[in-house]
Amino acid sequence: MSNFIVAAIVVLGAVGLIFAVVLYFVAQKFKVIEDPKIDEIAEVLPGANCGGCGKAGCRALAEAFVKQGDMEGLRCPAGGDAVAEKVAAILGIEASKAEPQVAVIRCAAGCANNPPKSSFQGMKSCAFANSVYVGTNGCAYGCLGLGDCYNVCQFGAITLDPTTGYPTIDEEKCVGCGACAKACPRMVIELRNKGPKNRRMYVSCLNKEKGAAARKTCTNACIGCGKCAKVCPFEAITVENNVAYIDYTKCKLCRKCEAECPTGAIVSVNFPPRKPAAEAPAKPAEQPAPAAAPKLDESTVINNENTTNNA
Amino acid sequence: MKLLNVSGSPHVHSGESVKRIMWDVNIALIPLLLTAILFFGFDALFVCLVSVASCLLFQWLIEKFLLKTKTTITDGSAIVTGLLLAFNLPSNLPLWIVVIGALVAIGIGKMSFGGLGKNPFNPALVGRVFLLISFPVQMTTWPRPLGICNIFANGAVDATTGATPLAAFKEAVKAGGSIDLPSLMDAFLGHMGGSLGEISALAIIIGGIYLLCRKVISWHIPVSFIGTAFVFGAILWLCNPNMYMDPVHVILSGGIMLGAVFMATDMVTSPMSKWGQVVFGIGCGLLTIIIRNWGSYPEGVSFAILLMNACVPLINKGFKPKRFAK
Amino acid sequence: MRTFRLGGVHPEENKISTNAKIEVFPLPKQAVVFLNQHLGAPATPVVAKGDAVKTGQLIAKAEAFVCANIHSPVTGTVNKIDTMKDIFGYNKTAIVIDVAETEEWVETVDTTPDIKREITLSQKEIIDKMKEMGIVGLGGATFPTHIKYMIPEGKKAEYLLINAAECEPYLTSDHRVILDHTEEVLIGISVLRKALGVPKAYIGIENNKPEPIARLQEMAKQFEGIEVVPLKVKYPQGAEKQLIYSITRRCVPSGKLPIDVGCVVNNIGTAFSVYEAVQKNKPLIETIMTVTGKSLGQQHNYVVRIGTPFSDLANAIGGLPEDTCKIISGGTMMGKAIVNIDGPIVKGTSSMLLISEKEAYRFEEQDCIRCGKCVKACPMGLEPYLFSSLINNGKFQEAADNHLMDCMECGCCLFSCPAHKPLTDEIRLAKTKLRQMQQKK
Repeated sequence: MSNFIVAAIVVLGAVGLIFAVVLYFVAQKFKVIEDPKIDEIAEVLPGANCGGCGKAGCRALAEAFVKQGDMEGLRCPAGGDAVAEKVAAILGIEASKAEPQVAVIRCAAGCANNPPKSSFQGMKSCAFANSVYVGTNGCAYGCLGLGDCYNVCQFGAITLDPTTGYPTIDEEKCVGCGACAKACPRMVIELRNKGPKNRRMYVSCLNKEKGAAARKTCTNACIGCGKCAKVCPFEAITVENNVAYIDYTKCKLCRKCEAECPTGAIVSVNFPPRKPAAEAPAKPAEQPAPAAAPKLDESTVINNENTTNNA
Repeated sequence: MKLLNVSGSPHVHSGESVKRIMWDVNIALIPLLLTAILFFGFDALFVCLVSVASCLLFQWLIEKFLLKTKTTITDGSAIVTGLLLAFNLPSNLPLWIVVIGALVAIGIGKMSFGGLGKNPFNPALVGRVFLLISFPVQMTTWPRPLGICNIFANGAVDATTGATPLAAFKEAVKAGGSIDLPSLMDAFLGHMGGSLGEISALAIIIGGIYLLCRKVISWHIPVSFIGTAFVFGAILWLCNPNMYMDPVHVILSGGIMLGAVFMATDMVTSPMSKWGQVVFGIGCGLLTIIIRNWGSYPEGVSFAILLMNACVPLINKGFKPKRFAK
Repeated sequence: MRTFRLGGVHPEENKISTNAKIEVFPLPKQAVVFLNQHLGAPATPVVAKGDAVKTGQLIAKAEAFVCANIHSPVTGTVNKIDTMKDIFGYNKTAIVIDVAETEEWVETVDTTPDIKREITLSQKEIIDKMKEMGIVGLGGATFPTHIKYMIPEGKKAEYLLINAAECEPYLTSDHRVILDHTEEVLIGISVLRKALGVPKAYIGIENNKPEPIARLQEMAKQFEGIEVVPLKVKYPQGAEKQLIYSITRRCVPSGKLPIDVGCVVNNIGTAFSVYEAVQKNKPLIETIMTVTGKSLGQQHNYVVRIGTPFSDLANAIGGLPEDTCKIISGGTMMGKAIVNIDGPIVKGTSSMLLISEKEAYRFEEQDCIRCGKCVKACPMGLEPYLFSSLINNGKFQEAADNHLMDCMECGCCLFSCPAHKPLTDEIRLAKTKLRQMQQKK
C-alpha cells in the first residue's frame, strides 16, 4: 500500500516539477514588458468601456495616456475632473480641467401634442428605422423612439418611455461620455455644458422645415421665427435652416428667449418656477397655438421636481 | 382608418413558426409511442407521461422563478425533449429516476444555456447520459417485449428482463460464445429488447418520412449517419464475422435509427449547411460503431451524438454553404 | 424548366389583377415632380417659379454622370420649387406644377396611336435619345438606362436579357404591358438590341404567365433575334444575378456587374418606355402601376403620370378599404411601406398594394433555433443566422468578412424564418453601417 503512495507522490511531484520548469521558460520567452503605469491608470478609469474618449476602451485610453506622457487631447469624459486628477497624479503632471458636460435631447417627440401618425414593426433599432421612413411621429429630424441611445448607455442614465420610447436622461447618472450622441442616427442628442447650478437652456427641436410645415409636423417644433435671436442680449442664438440654436458658451441663462418662443421649443432645466408675473408676457404669443400650452406646463413640472431634488 | 403600419421588406411571411416545427416533431413521434405501448404495455405510457409532464413542469418552474421570463412551454419543445428522453429509457425504469432525468435534461441540458435555441447539446441526450452514468443498473435492465397479442394481458412486464441484442452480443463475444440475434423481421418491427423508442425501425421510418415531407429535417444527417454505420459495420463484419455483428443488425438494433432520425437532426444542435450535416452524420456513425465495438458500453449513439454536438460550431465554421458566386 | 441554383422561396402569388386592362389615369390637379427620382445625383431645374410648361418639356437637366433628365408630366405653370415630402415622409426638393385645364404636348412628341416599327436611329443616337428622354430602369432600382449601354473599355456585351419574370407577389404591370402592348415592347427590345449591338435578346419570364408567354412567342417570330425563355416560378427569379444565371448559366462574381459576364439586363417596362422614347419621342413621364389588394372590390392597372399623389389613386378606387394596414409601393417581398399618402408617384413606382393587418402581421421575435431555413432560402448562399448574431453583437466587419455585402435584401430569409427574427432588417442596418464605415476611411 505504501508503495502506491510513494509512487503517486513521486510521479505527481515529477510531473509538477517538469511543468513548472516548462511554464517558467515559456513565461520568460513570451514576457510582455509593459509600463506598470498603464495598469495603474486603467485601475482608476471607470472601466465601462463606453468609448466616450474616442478610444476602443478604458485600457486603450490608459495606454494612450502613458504613450503620450501628458493629457493633451485625451480625457475620460465619464470620469470627469476627479479621474483626470488621479491620472495626472500617476503621470506626475498637472491635471487639465474641463467643464463637465451632460447629454440633452433636442426633440420633444413623444409628448402629448404629437400623437403617432404611423406604427412601426421590425427591428428595434433607430438606425434601421431611419433607413425605412421618417418615424412614427412624422418628423424627419426628431427622435425615432427605438432606443439606440438606451442600448449604448453604459451608465444607466437613459430611461425610455414605455409607450412612446422617447428617452429621458438622468443628469445625476449621465457622465457626458457622448456614446448616445454618437449612436443617434439623427443626432438628436447633444452634449452641453452642465451649466451653473446645473441650469441649462436649449432648443428642443431640430426640424428644418419651414414654419407652417414644421408646425404641422409637431406642435412643439421650432418654426425658425427668429424671435429668440432678436431678444437675446448676448447673441447666443443663431437661426439656420429654420432652426434656432443656443450656443451654450455664450448663453447667460436670462430666459428671455424662452418667454418669447411661440411654440415652447426652448426648454430650460433646473430653474426655479417662474413668478406668475414673468410668465404673463409669454401668454399672448402662445395664443395662436393653444396646443403648445400643455408642454409649457410639463416643463414647469419638470422644473419643480428638479428644484425639490436639488434642495 | 387605423394608423398605417411601416416595416422593412418583406411584408409577408411563410407562416412557418417554431411552434409548428415542434408540434410536427411531436406528431412524428406518435408512431414510436404507439409501438412502445404495443410492445411494453402501459408501463411505457407511464414513463412517457411522467417524462413529458416533469419536463413541462421544470421548464415552467425555471422560467417563472429562476429566469423570471415569459413562459414558453406552449411552444412544444419541452414536450419533444420529454418524449425523446422517455424513448431513450427502458420501460421498467422507476418513475423517480425519470423525473431526475427530466430535471437534468431541461435544467442543465437546455435552460442553463438560456433556453431553446441556445443549448449546444441535445437536452434529451444530456438527461439520458446523466441517468446512464448515475444509474447504470436500472438503465441497462430492459424488459422483454410482450408478444403483440398479450399487450393487455397483465402489467407484470418486469417479470422477465433481459439485455438488448447489443448487450447480449457484446457479452457473448467477450465470453467467446455466440448468441442468436433477433430475426431481421423482429428487429425491423421492434420485437426485441431495448429502450422505448428505439426498437421499431418501421415506426421511426414512418415518423422520419413525415418530418421529411414537412421539411422539418433534411435527408443529409439520417442518410449519412446510418450509411456510415452500415458501411463501417460491414467492413468490420467482413474482416471477422465472429467478432462483429452483421451490418443490417448493426443499424436495426440499438439506437442508431432513433438517433439518426430524431436526435442527431435536432435543429438546434446540428450544423447549418448541407455538407456540414453530412460530415456531422458521418462523424456520428463512425463514433457510434467505435464506441459499440471498442468502448465499455454496448451502445454508443448517445455519446456519439453528444460528441458531435460539441463539434458543431467548428463544422459550421469549416463547412460554409455554397455561395452563389465567388 | 430553367431556374437558378441556390435557395429561393415561393410566396403566395396573389396575381389577382392580371385581368384588369391598363387604364389611363386622369391628370392630377397639382403635380409634384422630385428632382431626384432616380439612382444618383439630383437633376438641376431649368424652369423657375411662374414658368408655363408643356407636357413633355424638359424641366430639370442631368448634370452629374449618374443622373437622368426630368420632364414635365403635365401642362401648367410652375407653382414653386421647394422641399416636399415624399411617400416615406422625407423632404426632397421638387418642382410643383399647377395643372392647366387643357393639355398641350411638346410638338416633337408623336402622340398618335400608330405603331412605328422602323428603327431609323443609329446605335449612338439611340443611347443619346434614352439619355435625353430621362429613361431609367423601371425594375425598381431606377438606374439611368443610358449608362448601362455605355460599355466600359475592355468589356463586351454578348447578351441582352429582358426581365419579365415579375416574381414579386401581386404585381401585374409587366404582365399587362406584355398583353396590351406586345408589339411595342418587342420593338423596344429590338431598339435596345441595336443600341447594345448584340445578336440575341432573351426575355426571361416566369412560367405562371402562360398568356403573355404565348403572345410573346407568337409575336417574337416577326422579330429577329428575340427568344422567350420561360422560367420556373421561384422568387427571386427576377433578381439580376439570378436571372442571368437562369438564362445564360453565368455567375456574376461578388461585387461585379452583369457586364463583367457580358450581359445587360433591362426590365420589360423599361423596354416599353424605350420604345416610346426612341420611336415616338415621348419622355418618361408615365409609369404603369398595379393598384391591388385582397379587400378591393376591383383590381386596376393604371398608366399614371409622374407627380400624381397616391391619394388620387386611393380616391379613384373609392377610398382605402377599412382593413388596410399597410400601403406598399412595390411588391410584398422587396417593396417599401409608405406613410405619406399625399406623396407623389415617381419614376419606377410600380404599384400601390393595400395589405390588410392579417396579411402584414409580423409575429413577435423569438430566439433563433438554428434551423438553417434562412441558409436554405438564401439565393446568394449566405448565412443570415450568422449575420444576425454578429450584427447584434456589433461585429459588422466580421459580418462583412462573411460576405454580407453580397446580400441583395430579397427578404427570403425573413420570409422563411420560423423564429420571426428581423433578419433582413438587421442585414440592411449592417450594410448601412458598413457603408458609413467605408466612407469614413
